[in-house]
Amino acid sequence: MSARAEILADVRRALGVTGSEASRRRAVADRLEHAPQGTIPARGQLDPAERKALFRAEAERVLASVAEVASNADVAAEVATYLRRRNLPATLRAGADPYLAALPWQGLELAEGSPDGTAALSRAFGAVAESGTLVLVSGKENPTRLNFLPPTHIVVVAAGDIVGDYETIWQRLRGAYGKGAMPRTVNFISGPSRSADIGRTMQLGAHGPRELRIIIVGGK
Amino acid sequence: MNAAQFTRRAHLALEDKQLQTALSISRDGFTAQRAAAVARLPEFDSLRDSARDIKAHTLAHLDLYLEAYEKRVTASGGIVHYARSAKDANDIVVSICRRHGAKLAVKGKTMIGEEIGVNAALEANGVDPVETDLGEYILQLRGELPSHITAPAVHLTKEQIAADFRRAHRDLPEGRDLTEASALLAEARAVLRKMFLSADIGITGANFLVAETGTSIIVTNEGNGDLAATLPKVHIVLASIEKLVPTLEDAAQLLRVLTRSATGQEISTYTTFATGPRRPGDPDGPEEYHVVLVDNGRSALLGSEFAEVLRCIRCGACMNHCPVYQSVGGHAYGSVYAGPIGAVLTPALVGIENAVDLPNASSFCGACESVCPVRIPLPKLMRFWREHAFERGLVSVRQRLALNLWGFFAKRPALYRFATRAAVRVLAKIDGEDGRLRKMPASWTASRDFPAPQGETFQAEFARRKSMGRRS
Ligand code: SF4
Repeated sequence: MSARAEILADVRRALGVTGSEASRRRAVADRLEHAPQGTIPARGQLDPAERKALFRAEAERVLASVAEVASNADVAAEVATYLRRRNLPATLRAGADPYLAALPWQGLELAEGSPDGTAALSRAFGAVAESGTLVLVSGKENPTRLNFLPPTHIVVVAAGDIVGDYETIWQRLRGAYGKGAMPRTVNFISGPSRSADIGRTMQLGAHGPRELRIIIVGGK
Repeated sequence: MNAAQFTRRAHLALEDKQLQTALSISRDGFTAQRAAAVARLPEFDSLRDSARDIKAHTLAHLDLYLEAYEKRVTASGGIVHYARSAKDANDIVVSICRRHGAKLAVKGKTMIGEEIGVNAALEANGVDPVETDLGEYILQLRGELPSHITAPAVHLTKEQIAADFRRAHRDLPEGRDLTEASALLAEARAVLRKMFLSADIGITGANFLVAETGTSIIVTNEGNGDLAATLPKVHIVLASIEKLVPTLEDAAQLLRVLTRSATGQEISTYTTFATGPRRPGDPDGPEEYHVVLVDNGRSALLGSEFAEVLRCIRCGACMNHCPVYQSVGGHAYGSVYAGPIGAVLTPALVGIENAVDLPNASSFCGACESVCPVRIPLPKLMRFWREHAFERGLVSVRQRLALNLWGFFAKRPALYRFATRAAVRVLAKIDGEDGRLRKMPASWTASRDFPAPQGETFQAEFARRKSMGRRS
């Protein structure tokens, strides 16, 4: 017997079942099909303007910094100002996101390649107001490594993509990728990387970015 | 280390001043942070019910969820392996490494990895396993076991860590300044970054496995596990079979209670959902994605009176709130799992005959159960182990005598009342000023005070109140 068959047999023996009981199979199929929602905190159930404000407050609480701009045309200027204030070079690592590529980047350069040591730019799939969380998905548009390797990570998110809770993100992912499917990697990011392992004080920039800059576009 | 000598190690821990300072800092920090996070979320208790129910439902249908999960992993291009024992799991990991000619494996934090001793298995086969969680990395340099689930190096000072780094990072300039924590962090980050970029294999654990999508979930604050899952060409997920949850919705319920219970965070900095290997057109991600599903005693637990312990999501809250753990720290338990969860889980994994002290390492105050996010009745399960130990004659002669003596009195109410009343009077006489006893036989008070009995025995008091109640 294979290890798989043995483990399944052990589990079934422990539960006193055969695995072919119709009622159990139905219970599992139903749950997988309908994905019932449990308790969803009231905190995020707000209208769009309040939701954006909550997202911002929660993201700042976990030490991200947040800027808001009125439209796509204003993103580049905001990024440029941020880099200048931080004394960072005007070159950004980015993937092949067509939305980002189409923005007017006067004076700034977007390049693919290793983000070790430079700032990187990504576009979020969405964001969750409940906990100030950005949601990024893998792919050539926004490579996952950009989320972790650069010392500074700048993430653009559309105000309309800020939702109240994680459950709404699941619905949107199912809409985009199909029921039961997921992008290879989904990253929930809430603030910059941190560790309290040394000297028992919290420090930013453990393995991931020391700075997380969020730019919210629209909704003004 | 083994789980058999709790008492001896506990004594050593109580003498260790540095450990005691570290413990008090982490204890006060974690409990206060959890309380603040709970206070911020009115739905917290309802989420705990939800979390308990989800885990109970999943365990009751575990065979079917395992099958569903495997189907989704396979559909996304990943490979699921099954391991009944620690040895089987290690053999699978080693054979994957061998096939790739791997020399270096970067590791995210994995409790099951520690449970099965995967590092030793890798080393024995020419693969260098490097822990990348900063706390775990430091412990690995020191050759120590973690003392805490979420704060593994909580017992070490900056100075100790600086000395370890000087010893281990020989290629760096000797005169460098390592006095600040920030310098230590920067050095560890730089050393480990090189390893991330050159490792052949990334090994992580999983906080949850999602049957609906074939996804493994890890939570980190550093971003280390996430890099281990992204950069090397092979990602191996080690997970015990009870990590399954049905859907993404279910995972969200559990995530909401996990981090709040662990560190008081609303959510960890990074929550990473990995599903299969690199897709066509992906510029990064592993070329191979393996999941090793480990039983190692779980299916046996599932059919026992200890089944509820399988709901555990390893948040560490029961330790942070345990007066025994707070006094002696994690190493005293001599096992990967410490605190109340260790006291229940370890005897199941290594046999009660090898861990007979652990279920006794409790004052039965109930704090662990009252904070457990999945409502595991830890004191009840510890009591079951005590009964097992007693039935199997594993309890010391002295303890047996004491219990038999108590049993003798308990069966004779009049004698019991007389004896306890006498004891109360004696204790009240040796009381300190403040109603605390600091010296007692059997060294009870070496590490804690004992409230001196005030007034009467419980039975006398109860009888008095009952008659008062009748009169009114
Ligand atoms: S037993 Fe409960 S409190 Fe303890 S680690 Fe497990 S889930 Fe957390």
